[in-house]
Parts: sequence; C-alpha cells; structure tokens
Amino acid sequence: MEQKKHTLSPNKWVALHSDYLFNYTISRVNNHEIAKDLVQETFFAGLKAMENFQGKASERTWLISILKRKIIDYYRKINSAKGKAEVKMNFYSDGEKEGEWIEERVPNSWSNNIEKFIENEELSDVLDLCIGKLPEKYGMVFKMKTMQEFETEEICKELNITSSNLWVIIHRARTQLRKCMEDNWFKN
Amino acid sequence: MKLTCDQATTICDKSQYGEATLWEKIKLNVHIILCKKCGMYSKQNSVMTKCYEKHKKNLDNKNTGLCSKEKKEMEKEVMQKL
Repeated sequence: MEQKKHTLSPNKWVALHSDYLFNYTISRVNNHEIAKDLVQETFFAGLKAMENFQGKASERTWLISILKRKIIDYYRKINSAKGKAEVKMNFYSDGEKEGEWIEERVPNSWSNNIEKFIENEELSDVLDLCIGKLPEKYGMVFKMKTMQEFETEEICKELNITSSNLWVIIHRARTQLRKCMEDNWFKN
Repeated sequence: MKLTCDQATTICDKSQYGEATLWEKIKLNVHIILCKKCGMYSKQNSVMTKCYEKHKKNLDNKNTGLCSKEKKEMEKEVMQKL
C-alpha cells in the first residue's frame, strides 16, 4: 500500500498553524513580541526550504522542526550576548570564610502573614521586576526550569551547559530573587 | 559530610525541584540543624516556590495568543515572500 504524501500549502500557513506555533513558542520564550517574530521567521525559513520538503511528515510537524531550531538559535544568541553580566554574590568565594553567607545577604525574617502576600495580585509585578534584574542568562535558565518546567536534561542540551552549571545558575538566581523579594515585598 | 552555606543552599534549591538526592538531603538537614541562617533560607525557599507557582498561573492567564490584526500582518508578510 502506498503511503499518502504530505504537501505544503504556504498560503494557508498563518491561518492553519500560527496559533499552534505561537503557543509552542510563548511557553518557551515568554515574551509576546519575540514569540511572534520567531513564528514569522519560521514561516520565512519554511518558504525558503520548501523544495527540501519530502512529504514524510505533516506540514505542521515540519514547521515545528524549523521552529525548534529558531528557538535554540534565540537561546544561543542571548546566552552569548549577555552571559558576562554578574550576579550579586551571596557567599564569600575565597579566603577563610569561603562558602559562608556575606553579612548583608543573610536572610532576614519575614512577616508572619505570608499567605496574604502570595495571594496579593501585585505579586507578579514585583516578581517580574526582580526577575528582570537578573542577568539575562540567569533569568532565562531560571524561567525555563521554574515557569516552563523544562527537564534539567533538556535545558542542558539546548543551552550546552552541564547540570552542575545549571544548578549554580538556579542557585544564584534564587538567592538573588529571595533577596530582591525580601527588600521589595516581604519586608517586615 | 560538612557543607558550606553555599553548598547547603544549592542543595536546598535543587530540592525545590525534587532533584536533590537522598544523601544530599540528609547532609542539608544536618547543616540546617546547626545553621540558623540556612534554616531561614530553607523556610523562605518554600515560600518563594509558592510565589513562582502563583506567578506562573498569572502568566498563563495572560498569554492569550496572536490577535487577528497580528495574524493579518503576518499573512501579508508571508504572502509577499511567496
């Protein structure tokens, strides 16, 4: 029995696939404009590569495979562009006190009424602000792991880092966010 | 066996994602008994995890896809290149 060959109809791409591709992207880059651009670039790249389409996979699967490359390229780009920004250190990195808390970064106690703080609608705004203060690479790894719930292995593969790198980044991001939320939200 | 505060809080962060090993968790707990600062960090870390979960929910409600105007513009761009 002969297998049905898939065909491409680029004039219908936006109508048929833009929502699906956009939702796939937004959960990975978490920015509306960037997600939109990546979807559009995917369509452009698809047009250019049409003659390589062999009809083995469906049109959507084929577009997703292009989109995945685009997302990885995007990750790589911001990974190298702003990787040099420093996070604030929370622990002494050398000397006698190596590994101990730096005095002004030691956690202070928070208000007792934590639930009220979490349910407050402005929480998201303050958190966004704090996450925005992280170096881009830290913010990205943190968001991929925490908000988008990527597997550790998947992040390491996409960003070409080791799992111990990943945990150092997560650790620094979380200690910095804790401090930022302490100063701006959970203040006693 | 002995951890620095830096190492202890790294394990604490890992455990927030359910990815700390049993041995790591034992070492962390021993450290926390002896170190008030990291005990405080550990307690607040669970609160932070709750905040992130809440934040994630808020984000999911906000991400509502492309609007028809954006789709029309994209359609135009794609057709031009076709």
